[in-house]
This record gives sequence, C-alpha cells and structure tokens, in this order.
Amino acid sequence: MKRLFAGTIAAVVIASLAGCGSDEPESSAAETTTLTVYAASSLTKAFEEIGRNFESSHDGVEVRFNFAGSSDLVAQIQEGAPADVFASADEANMDKLTADDLTGSEPHTFASNTLEIAVPPGNPARVKTFADLADKGLNLVICAPEVPCGAAAQQAADSAGVELKPVSEEQSVTDVLAKVTSGEADAGLVYATDVMAAGNDVEGIEFPESASAAVVYPIATVAEPENVDLAQEFVDLVLDETGQSILKDAGFAPAP
Amino acid sequence: MLLPLVAILARTPWSRFFELITSEASREALLLSLRTSSTSTLLCILLGVPMAVVLARTSFRGQGILRSLVLLPLVLPPVVGGIALLYTFGRRGLLGETFEVLGMQVAFSTTAVVMAQTFVAMPFLVVSLEGALRTAGQKYEVVAASLGAGPTTVFRRVTLPLVLPGLASGAVLAFARSLGEFGATITFAGSLQGVTRTLPLEIYLRRETDAQAAVALSLVLVVVAVLVIGFARQGRSAL
Repeated sequence: MKRLFAGTIAAVVIASLAGCGSDEPESSAAETTTLTVYAASSLTKAFEEIGRNFESSHDGVEVRFNFAGSSDLVAQIQEGAPADVFASADEANMDKLTADDLTGSEPHTFASNTLEIAVPPGNPARVKTFADLADKGLNLVICAPEVPCGAAAQQAADSAGVELKPVSEEQSVTDVLAKVTSGEADAGLVYATDVMAAGNDVEGIEFPESASAAVVYPIATVAEPENVDLAQEFVDLVLDETGQSILKDAGFAPAP
Repeated sequence: MLLPLVAILARTPWSRFFELITSEASREALLLSLRTSSTSTLLCILLGVPMAVVLARTSFRGQGILRSLVLLPLVLPPVVGGIALLYTFGRRGLLGETFEVLGMQVAFSTTAVVMAQTFVAMPFLVVSLEGALRTAGQKYEVVAASLGAGPTTVFRRVTLPLVLPGLASGAVLAFARSLGEFGATITFAGSLQGVTRTLPLEIYLRRETDAQAAVALSLVLVVVAVLVIGFARQGRSAL
C-alpha cells in the first residue's frame, strides 16, 4: 500500500515536471513578455479593457492581472510576489507600499469612486435619502469599518449627522451587494461602480453626503519590475485619455 | 499537520496577547461562538439521534438516497450551504414569507448562525452515531425485548448506554465543526458584533487591519479546540 502511494506521488511529480518543461520553450519561442498588474477588485472590468487596449498596441506583450482586495495585494507584494504595477482602491494601502520602499515610481491618483445607496429592484423599503437609512426596521447592510468601503460609509454618516444601525457589517463590498441583490437587505452602501456593474439586479440612489467620503485610487509601478518601461507605459495609459474614458464608462469619477 | 500550528505559535504577539484577546470585540465573538456552537450541538443531538436510529435500524427503499442527503453538507462547500439556506429561509426564500407572517426574521439574527452551524455539523453526529449503532448490533435489544421491556425502555436502558461513547464523540465533532463554521455563516447570517460575528468571522475581519490580533485570536480558537477534544477523550475513557 505504502509503495503504491509513493509510486503515485512519484508519477504525479514526474508528470508535473514534464508539464513545466514543455511550457517553457513554448513561451520563449513566441517571444512574449508578460506584464503583471496587481489591481483592486473594483477595477476588474475597467482594467481588463485597458489591458486589452495595451496588448493591441504592444506586440508580443501579455498583460496578466491579479485582482483582489487592496490590503491582500499589498501583503502579497510585501511577501515578494512578482508584480510590475499596483493599483490600489485607497491611499492607505499604497502608503504601506511606499513606506516599505516597494514602489518604483511616485504614486499618481487616477480615479475616484463614491458611495451610492443600493436597493433591491423596485425599492421595497422606499429609501429616498441617506437619512432614511437610519429608519427603524430597515435592514441596512454596510461594510465593516475596518475595510475601505466601511470607513467611507462611516465618514458619510458622520458628515450627514446620521447614526447608522446596520444589521450586518460585511467583509467586502461584494458581500454587501450580494445581500442586497438577494433581497435579504433593504439597502446597502456600495460604490457607484458596483451599482453600475450589477446592472438590473439593484437600483442605485445617489446622495450628496457621498462627496465627503470619496475614495481615491492611486497607481504606481512596483520597485524593480522586470519591465520598467512597459510598467511605466501601462501606468501612462491608465492616466491618459484612453484609460480615463474606459474608467469613466465603468462608473468611476476622475481623480480630484 | 503540526507545522501550521507551530507557525501560529511563532507569530503570536505574546507581549500584546492578553490585551488583544480580551478586547470587547474578541470577548463577544468568543462568547457568541461558544453559545451558538452549544445550541447547535444540542439541536444536532435532538434531530440527529432519530435520524441515525432510522438509518441504522430500519431498511426501506430510498434509504441510500436519504443517507446521501444527510451526508451532503459534509462534502458541500460551506458557502454553497449558506446560499442554500439563504434561498430556503431568507426573506425571499421558499419559507421566508411563512416566517415573515409569523413575525420572525431569521436573516441577520443569531438564529441564522445556529441554523448554519447545525446544517454543517449534523452529518458528523449522524455518521458517528449510526456507526456506533451498527457496531453495537441488536443482540442485547432483542434479549431485552424478549424479557418484556417496551421499545422505549429498550432504547433508554440498553441501546443508549451502549452507543453513548459514539454519541459523545459525534457531539464533540459537531461542536468543533460548529465552532469553526465560517462560509455558511458569512453568506447566510451576515456579520455584526455580538449578534452574528462569531470568532472565525472576527479573525477574518481583523486580518484586514491588525494581522497580529488575528493571529492571537486564531490561537484562542486552537486552544478551545484542543480543550474540547481533550475533554471529550477524558469523558470517553470515564464512560
């Protein structure tokens, strides 16, 4: 039995080694260069399109993305993950990277995002204003104050002078959105881009207090990237008109 | 198996340990976890014992299917379990309106946490107990019945004492599984301090801002788990 098991392991190891071997000559034969971009999850749609744009203007370049929460991405880069470009959903996480001397260029802000009230289609609880969110009996879901979208919600509530009593403080903005689309929550606070991406599953309600709680997205190249020039060109593309118009279509506001 | 535990010990911020684990949020999360896990273990026993008896002592068409259904939560990713519960007991779920009419709201309540835990932990109890029942066999039950004991007396005086160790280890497993429950809880019950934020949810949230606090709390969970297992062992050898 033991021998059979060891044999299986050996077979698997050999098979996977063989797999590696056959992969490498293939990629070097095609002479492709890979640019690795780490970006906050809220940027997924917009950055994928910017990536396609970049690939079509750069022959033999493949843009690979790693979309996750900004703090997870920072942790990965700090542990030595091979990133060329980093785009964060808030300045605090970019600051962590600059503090560790892990950025290759000065961070530039390239977009901002504001909060909107998301309600299920038809708005069953008839929410109209930010103050309505404090109503008793309303199932309000927001992000926990520990994550950027929760910090923004707290800021909006403070500036509106409204005390929010959420029934749940979620881990991420996608969790909040899921509670609203499933109809569990009567209202949730999410980003304008999330409302746009959710399409017909939710209705978005803008509110003036969100202006005080806008989050700003910075981008920078990571220290010692494999392709300094390519990384910088990608950052430039995000900052110029092409990138900006794609971001605008995804619901982002221009950087302040 | 041991290496990850050693890694947690090595990364634990001992100087701030007590301050971290005695913060209000941590205490509430731990108490909530212990409370909900005990309740769901009790529910598992109440619902799981009859189920195990039916599976072990009877045979009927479709029993195999029933057993597979009972075991399903064991192989299902907890998140899927959470989604299933949401579509059953959520406000727009199959039974959601019935609950609403009764003036009960399951979503975002501690009840939802207990339901999620019971859902994922039940198979552990049923499997252990069914195994114990089958191993114990029916010899003694038949003898007891032939001596004039009614079915209730047979179950209480003969069957139950025989399978008690199996029931106990099943209950411990169910408790441990409830304590660690994360996926179904976060999808079905939400996360609010003191109401639905159990220890695993608190750990996951703390990681966002204070990795050291997350490590400290993880160690607490490890210690509680070790205590539960040790306690169960002692209980078993005493039986």
